[in-house]
Amino acid sequence: MNKYESLYEALANLDGYIYPNEIALNWDLLIVMYPYITGLVAGAFILASLNRVFAIKALRPTYEISLLTALSFMLVATMPLITHLGQPWRFYEMLVTPHLTSAMAIFGFVYLWYLMVVLLLEIWFDYRYDMVIWSKQKKGFMSFVYKVLTLWVLDTSPQSRRTDEKIGYFITVVGIPSAFLLHGYVGFIFGSIKANPWWSTVMMPVIFLFSAMVSGIALVMFIYMVVTYLRKQKIDMNTVDTISKYLFYILIIDFSLESLDQIHRIYEADESFDILKILVHGKLFFTFFIMQIGVGVIIPLLTMGTMMIKKPREKIRKILYLIISICVLVGIFYMRWNVVIGGQLFSKSFYGFTSYKVDMISGSGFWLSLLWFIIPFFILAFLLWLLPPWKKKESIH
Amino acid sequence: MPIQVKRLLVVFAVFIGVMLGLKYFLTPESWREFGPYRGKALTEIADQEAKYVQMETCAMCHDSIADLKDQGLHISIQCEICHGPGYRHVEDENIDMVIPENSDFCMTCHAINAARSTSIIKQIDAIEHSEGEDCISCHNPHEPWL
Amino acid sequence: MAIKKENFSRRDFIKNSSMFAGGVVLVSLLNPLKVVYATKKPKGKGKWYGIAIDIEKCIGCANCARSCKAENGVPNEPFFFRNWVEQYTITNDDEVKVSSPNGGIDGFTQPVSDDEIYKTFFVPKMCNHCAISPCTQVCPVGASFESPEGIALVDKSYCIGCGYCVQACPYGCRYIDPAQGVADKCTLCYHRLEKDLDPACMMACPTGARIYGDLNDKTSELYLFIKENNCAVLKPQLNTKSKLYYKDLSQEVH
Repeated sequence: MNKYESLYEALANLDGYIYPNEIALNWDLLIVMYPYITGLVAGAFILASLNRVFAIKALRPTYEISLLTALSFMLVATMPLITHLGQPWRFYEMLVTPHLTSAMAIFGFVYLWYLMVVLLLEIWFDYRYDMVIWSKQKKGFMSFVYKVLTLWVLDTSPQSRRTDEKIGYFITVVGIPSAFLLHGYVGFIFGSIKANPWWSTVMMPVIFLFSAMVSGIALVMFIYMVVTYLRKQKIDMNTVDTISKYLFYILIIDFSLESLDQIHRIYEADESFDILKILVHGKLFFTFFIMQIGVGVIIPLLTMGTMMIKKPREKIRKILYLIISICVLVGIFYMRWNVVIGGQLFSKSFYGFTSYKVDMISGSGFWLSLLWFIIPFFILAFLLWLLPPWKKKESIH
Repeated sequence: MPIQVKRLLVVFAVFIGVMLGLKYFLTPESWREFGPYRGKALTEIADQEAKYVQMETCAMCHDSIADLKDQGLHISIQCEICHGPGYRHVEDENIDMVIPENSDFCMTCHAINAARSTSIIKQIDAIEHSEGEDCISCHNPHEPWL
Repeated sequence: MAIKKENFSRRDFIKNSSMFAGGVVLVSLLNPLKVVYATKKPKGKGKWYGIAIDIEKCIGCANCARSCKAENGVPNEPFFFRNWVEQYTITNDDEVKVSSPNGGIDGFTQPVSDDEIYKTFFVPKMCNHCAISPCTQVCPVGASFESPEGIALVDKSYCIGCGYCVQACPYGCRYIDPAQGVADKCTLCYHRLEKDLDPACMMACPTGARIYGDLNDKTSELYLFIKENNCAVLKPQLNTKSKLYYKDLSQEVH
């Protein structure tokens, strides 16, 4: 009985009619975290690629930080999904016997491709020369660790560095469509469900992609500022100004795409429109209008827009950038929330709603979600210690 | 070919080899027998025990009651709708079946509801009809009358 | 960061990326590329199960739901159903009210008084056993599949419990079994069919409102019922090729 307490509560608070099996919300907070974390990966990586492929000098100090951020979130990206499974130990079946018509099965391979072939390789080629140097500087165990990481390719000749550079560049070029694929694919997982009119839109992958870029860029901006502060170094204002410029433009694109989706929905007003209208104005009002659009879009856009016209002093700008990055991160979190949770709040019979509350005390979902969001920061701290970008020798290019 | 690429190719070859090995050993044996699923699942599902044994089985012992019921208005009703699944009782007659005595049970079908077609089922208001008296004190469910 | 043109030409880029693309295709060839739909209607003579429901005959006793729970060990809580009964009431003011207290098992009480009702009727719901089933399409591991007889089944010992199929079913016919953490749904009592018994819900229906049978058999009761009556499926716009037919289905029913 206790196990079903929240369900009985939902049952007592049903609005209208809902299919009995829909009272239980199967995809909870953990599934909100899944596209959120994957989005941070894709976004951070795309920022790194912008820097490299388009040779934007101002972004140089964030290049390694973006890559390592992407890696640390990538390593846990599947964990919310796996821990949410009813049978978590069977997750390997998705790789062993993938069902090729399922978007979720193919995700395992997209993930592996991105992690193994793109992210790790790009970091490896970027750091190989430095790791060889470090393996010579350090003694004992750490020297061995760096040697292992170089895969015993200890060549430090200019020619080998040019090769690193060339292949690294190539991987970056391959990486951009891969990052698009990674997060577009997450969007497709939702967008391809024709049973759910809130999800089923061709815009979904594109919206997910751009919101991923927005959140990833905000995260890197945040991490760069905090890390630099912790190292007691001077924040390169030119760098954060440039990042914020990109954040501004991509946020505009993202918001336009989302608006286009909603306008299209409102104008077409198909059979599902009535219930979705009640959903957005009712149960999603706070998370949609206030958090996703207000905090996540309007406040950052207005602040950054104003700052473009009249630049405030450095100190104020720093604080504003920190606030903006947090606002954007919160806003994108609620965007995922509105997609995942919102899509399950209304009945597919279009006759009513169920309700959902995050269970902080007895439910494991909340604590696991928190865990999977915090762990990447520890991984990042470890990676920054192991592969400090600030100790890298200036590359030859 | 640069040494980096050679070394990485070895690593990837090992990785792919391990993955293929895992795929080979972990794929269930009847996979793709009929389609992209475990063929054995079909027999596993089919082998589950049936709990409702159906009227023909009941009539093997309780033939007189079954005959009586089949002459009356409840002919279309299976024994186990009222008496519950009989799979245990068939194996051990000491395990009792359900005998519903409460009128509420009769009302699942016979209560008045505008959605019920009167040409298909007789409906009564229990209180008005019998003032709370149990249905079975007047009616025999195996031989109901109007 | 710029790379000299002679080191990295466009041709190299195309060559290299096509090698990558080729690699991807090669990897996917390890599995036969059998996409689009999990099953197709068999060309042969095999059985191809379908269901028909005569709404007029349903009296909303919910014996189907009750017997299904008993037969298949569905949890008794009112959140898990393989089948259930809904009552639709359309008032004189054109308001549509739908109710299904505990899937109908708790009995129906009229939401409005009789003289306000324009029409009211029961609609039993169950898995549609779609020929193009969205639920089996999305299963990442092939634990949800359609049997050669056209019955959508769950391999509960292989299901990972991701819940994707629950999201994909437009009819709300799937749930996550709380005991095992895996998906569960109507099997049309596959285990009973294989033993020449009727599915529990078909057996339990006192008025014969439910019919099941072989759609390939042009003389079966089911085939003739669908042919002779005005039958419709739920949500035809989703093109799931549902095999659950309702006679004289009202447009209010979703």
